Amino acid sequence: MASGKGGTGKTTVAVNFALSIEDVQLFDCDVEEPDCHLFLGLDLEKIEDVNILVPIVDRTKCDFCGKCSGFCQFNAIAVLPEDILVFPALCHGCGGCALVCPKAAIVYKNRSIGIIEKAKEKAKGENLEFYSGALNIGEALVSAVIKVLKKYADESKTVIFDAPPGTTCPVITSVRGSDYCILVAEPTLFGFHDLLLTIDVIKKLGIPFGIIINRSDIGDDRVEKYCETEGIPVLMKIRHDREIARLYSEGIPFVSRMPEWREKFVQLLDKIRVQLASEEAGNLKEAGT
Amino acid sequence: MKELTVISGKGGTGKTTIAAAFASLAESAVIADCDVDASDMHLILKPEIIETMDFTGLKVASIDEIICTGCGICRDACKFDAISNDIRIDVYACEGCGVCAYVCPEGAISLIERKAGYACNSETRFGPMAHARLGIAEEASGLLVAVVRENARKLAEKYDRNLVLIDGPPGTGCSLIASIKGVDLVLAVTEPSVSGIHDLERILGVASHFNIPAMVCINKYDINEKNSRVIEEYCKEHGIELAGKLPYDDTPTKAMMQEMTVIEYSDGEFSKMVKGLWENIKKKLDG
Ligand code: SF4
Ligand code: SF4
Repeated sequence: MASGKGGTGKTTVAVNFALSIEDVQLFDCDVEEPDCHLFLGLDLEKIEDVNILVPIVDRTKCDFCGKCSGFCQFNAIAVLPEDILVFPALCHGCGGCALVCPKAAIVYKNRSIGIIEKAKEKAKGENLEFYSGALNIGEALVSAVIKVLKKYADESKTVIFDAPPGTTCPVITSVRGSDYCILVAEPTLFGFHDLLLTIDVIKKLGIPFGIIINRSDIGDDRVEKYCETEGIPVLMKIRHDREIARLYSEGIPFVSRMPEWREKFVQLLDKIRVQLASEEAGNLKEAGT
Repeated sequence: MKELTVISGKGGTGKTTIAAAFASLAESAVIADCDVDASDMHLILKPEIIETMDFTGLKVASIDEIICTGCGICRDACKFDAISNDIRIDVYACEGCGVCAYVCPEGAISLIERKAGYACNSETRFGPMAHARLGIAEEASGLLVAVVRENARKLAEKYDRNLVLIDGPPGTGCSLIASIKGVDLVLAVTEPSVSGIHDLERILGVASHFNIPAMVCINKYDINEKNSRVIEEYCKEHGIELAGKLPYDDTPTKAMMQEMTVIEYSDGEFSKMVKGLWENIKKKLDG
């Protein structure tokens, strides 16, 4: 589940979708601002620390030759005439500095940059497993946390990754390897622009995709027209509804109060399956088999 | 010269609408769009680009397939799983650290520069603007934000402007940090939803971590007045001034569809409230 910008309703759709279908895992990959759990009312428990290795320098061995700082691409280590400084926040943990050190003066220690959490129980009466990641405040290595989070995906289930906003590394890390991508967009000037950027990314990754238009009645029909010309399936339209907005502000998933939506989300999954099957058939045909 | 950054934990809170409105109200500002991943500001301000500068971010490894013997030493040494079993570099996973090039016994790998995007200086109807576009799947957005801010400062000097108005990126990661470090004030725009409150706390945490004074604006406050009061209480407790509250209104969407700021689009009630918000911020900046 992706969207160019935040605030398009992506998280709402992801949560309500996950609550409507069977045997599902939901991952909140927006590790900078995780908030899916707020809508699920679930208690989370930490299941793993996300660590990266950072160098520590043994000053009794170091002769300040500067080979390590010369190697580091991220300026995370600086050698002065008689001192050596490590900047942990810049370090990517590549291990290069120890590799090049002729005095074996560098070792590594674990530094926690975030955590992985799991819901203590399954959502009430549902068959939903929930995981989320949280980057520590002031940390920068977003993708590192997402990578660890995604390891908990169980192939035998329907797995939904709620991606962070934007079109950069964290989004790619979240959606890579997915069988299908749902893009949530608003039919406005900003919404359309953001959608085009996201489509660009998803196409580069070669993932089949479809669009959900949220607040479908607030702007104009530019998103729908575009999808029509480009042959992109519009999977679902959700009208702007003050009741949905109010439930959202309370942190209540709307399927729990508007059961007719449950059926629509089940159909959504069917639509995706049909699209995937027909694309596969198309590919086979193209390959001449 | 003062610097103000408009931020929001999440996108979609109305941050860009408000920042664009400020651009039309500020008399002597340079605009810096630091939302380099997915900027929207240019759709309203329609900058006329005057100069562009290539931006090279991190490097990327490249394997010479003719020299490579397929021994796999590089793959085993790579901490980012960026080298596949058949010894191909996954450019999306490669962080450009150079370990593979160092360990390769054949010298088959080199690091090459990659153009990660570009930065532009432009002219808008409200004054000079610095902005940028990061290429797809590029990291290093923090670096590019730093470039945009530096460009904006230079423009402010050149055109003798006394304010840099920064539209910040969503989130709390490296690009957010780069867009607020050292500024005089941040305005956090939030919505009165459970997740809005949660995001606000996180983002104010980042601002206070870097010792930056903050003000808060509650957008669409009347969608949930109870939560709005929770936010006001939170601000009071933490000594953070409320810069203003804006009601739910369709002016911003209508103005956006016309590619205008709300101030240009109408002088109705909503625009008056945005003006009031701006006055409060100016007072704080000057004070
Ligand atoms: S581990 Fe890599 S990124 Fe960290 S300081 Fe050493 S060389 Fe630099
Ligand atoms: S270490 Fe060098 S020779 Fe060995 S697989 Fe990697 S690139 Fe090829």
